[in-house]
Amino acid sequence: MSEKMTGAHIMCEALVREGVEVIFGIPGGAIMPFYYAMYEYRDKFRHILCRHEQGAGHAAEGYARATGRVGVCVATSGPGATNLVTPIADAWMDSTPLVAITGQVSSLVVGKDAFQETDITGITMPITKHNYLVKRIDDIPYVMKEAFYLASTGRPGPVLVDITKDAQQARTVPNWDIKLALPGYKPTLQGNRKQIRAAVELLTGAQKPLIMAGNGVIMAGATEELRTFAERTGIPVITTLHGLGAFPEDHPLSIGMPGMHGWVHVNRAIQECDVLINIGGRFDDRVTGKASTFAPNARVIHVDIDPSEIGKNVRTEVPIVGDAKLVLQALIEEMPPREATAWMQHIRQLQATHQHKQQYLNRPDTNQLMPHDVYAALNRTLKERGNYRVITDVGQHQMWAAQLIDWSRPRSHITSGGSGTMGFAVPAALGAAIACPDETIWVICGDGGFQMTNQELATIVQEGITNIKIAIINNGYLGMVRQWQELFEDRRYSHTLLSGPDFARLAEAYGVCGMTVETVDGVEPAIEAAYNHKGTVVIDFRVEREVNVFPMVPQGKSIGDMIEQQPTANPTA
Amino acid sequence: MKKHTLVALMQDRPGVLTRAVSLFRRRGFNIESLTVGHSETPGISRMTLVVESEAVEQVVKQLYRLIEVLKVSDVTDDPAVEREMALVKVHCTNTNRSEIVTLTQLFDAKIVDVANTSIIVEMTGSPNKVQNFVDVIRPFGIKEMMRTGRVAMVRGARTHQGSDYVGAEENGHVAASTWN
Repeated sequence: MSEKMTGAHIMCEALVREGVEVIFGIPGGAIMPFYYAMYEYRDKFRHILCRHEQGAGHAAEGYARATGRVGVCVATSGPGATNLVTPIADAWMDSTPLVAITGQVSSLVVGKDAFQETDITGITMPITKHNYLVKRIDDIPYVMKEAFYLASTGRPGPVLVDITKDAQQARTVPNWDIKLALPGYKPTLQGNRKQIRAAVELLTGAQKPLIMAGNGVIMAGATEELRTFAERTGIPVITTLHGLGAFPEDHPLSIGMPGMHGWVHVNRAIQECDVLINIGGRFDDRVTGKASTFAPNARVIHVDIDPSEIGKNVRTEVPIVGDAKLVLQALIEEMPPREATAWMQHIRQLQATHQHKQQYLNRPDTNQLMPHDVYAALNRTLKERGNYRVITDVGQHQMWAAQLIDWSRPRSHITSGGSGTMGFAVPAALGAAIACPDETIWVICGDGGFQMTNQELATIVQEGITNIKIAIINNGYLGMVRQWQELFEDRRYSHTLLSGPDFARLAEAYGVCGMTVETVDGVEPAIEAAYNHKGTVVIDFRVEREVNVFPMVPQGKSIGDMIEQQPTANPTA
Repeated sequence: MKKHTLVALMQDRPGVLTRAVSLFRRRGFNIESLTVGHSETPGISRMTLVVESEAVEQVVKQLYRLIEVLKVSDVTDDPAVEREMALVKVHCTNTNRSEIVTLTQLFDAKIVDVANTSIIVEMTGSPNKVQNFVDVIRPFGIKEMMRTGRVAMVRGARTHQGSDYVGAEENGHVAASTWN
């Protein structure tokens, strides 16, 4: 290839060379040369025209989380770029591999407050793994390659490439003979043997050991290794919000989710355990509660690919820096088989005496629709039919989904965890639906989050996507905030009462199927109808409005200190 | 809180200083001084920073997350030469000028500018010595002062060379953990 190409064509060519099959974006002034060139590449990769750049960013995240590959989103300079900030921050917090490409004003006017100029590299510096402002066409091949490499290796994350319009328009013969020069970037993959032996020694001597599995297990593709390790050692397994699916919940060694809305027996087990091995989790405060009181009796082993996570929130006795898969393989090699102990029985007893899934699903004998009815029916259906991904948004519905669906496969549960981005689910489902055209992509979201990004329904229709089914758990409130106001602020419902349109009719207006369910009896038929409809479906489940998520650790409290169920009537109310 | 002196080597790429400084701000690290300049290796900058922190290990690890950072060393407890320079414009009169000159000589400082009512003194030395000098000269009236912040170098044969880290891709991890 010795012909001259424009910078924009080189950008397209670079995407092809990285094996990109789909990108999500919106054109605009400063990125127009790229879109001009993309027209010639429409057979090489697909472009999904979103309705808002935030949607494009979350769609790229959804694609990435469903596949493990790098998601790509594109926007123009200024407002286009700033609209990507939320998904970039989301990808940063959840270690999602993302490359965001933005157009920038011409290098001749950069720094002069030109039309639609924003310092997007400055803005995204604290929320990207790395970012670039490219002003010279000659830098494009190298930067694109490095961006994809950084986004996808080590601890994955978002990388932003901001390219000036004149660099896109210039012409040159590209040099693809690229050798990455990253002397300061060498992720450690193989765990240190000495530390692995130290971990094995701790685990071997433990009476009450626990495994905590996080997102790292899923990203490293280490679910098989985790299973082997757990079965060989008989150690009970906890899965964090992002670890859901890393270990099947119907496995006899699975005990469930920890943290703010985790199960009582799981948090109690953490508080009692004598050795805790965290594999690929970052001890988020939603997991630890008050960190100084977390796992007070435990000697902690922390496996993470990012050294900076180790010792950041929780004191750690054995640090293992490495890739979860390779570390688990080494642990399996070194660790002698071990019999399951009375410890597991003890945890099961705790489980039996505290609220757990089944008790939680017991319902009052009325026909009033409870949120849990939807989850019970969905859980049954998902088990029967298989072949699904569930994308959740942020709030009460998200915690209920994490609690009440029996997660069994990696990447089947996709949510916004660290950043807690309302509005994530619908566009992320768009990305997941493109990644997995043969699967049913269920969205579970609240009426609040749905109203933040539902414009992407138009994108879904325009792109002919038919495998998305959206369940809105509609309680007419910003429910999680309302719950906190109820429990901790004396029912001062300050600005949490939320109206909305008739979602079924809104869906019809977008050209997708809309349904409304207001009774228990209506749930299963609606889900059945959703499967039978060859196209995207929105089901508005109008649920009992003031239902709370329990159990719950109040913020700043120890995880041993849970509110297990609805407190009896507040005397001051 | 203990003060730590860190020496960091980093690739001289656009924005690297901003990245480091932005990192300190958002992680809430309290930086007492930060000095950056060229190292002996072309393309590699060297930074000396003094940080007041219980969690200096987090500072080091967060620095390593920057793609450009090659090596960070805590030299606080190492035998090291630590120096700082100050330019001090001191108010003077015909009657006290010689007193200032004497003090300057006692501190091995240099007078680099003399005018009717002021003298500029260039004081280089260990941070303690510079501080002592400033304290002693202050009663005369300091009109202006610029201190550079600390630079540090470990004594003896041990080095922190940029060339140890560039072009050495095969040598396994460079900027990874302090554990392994």
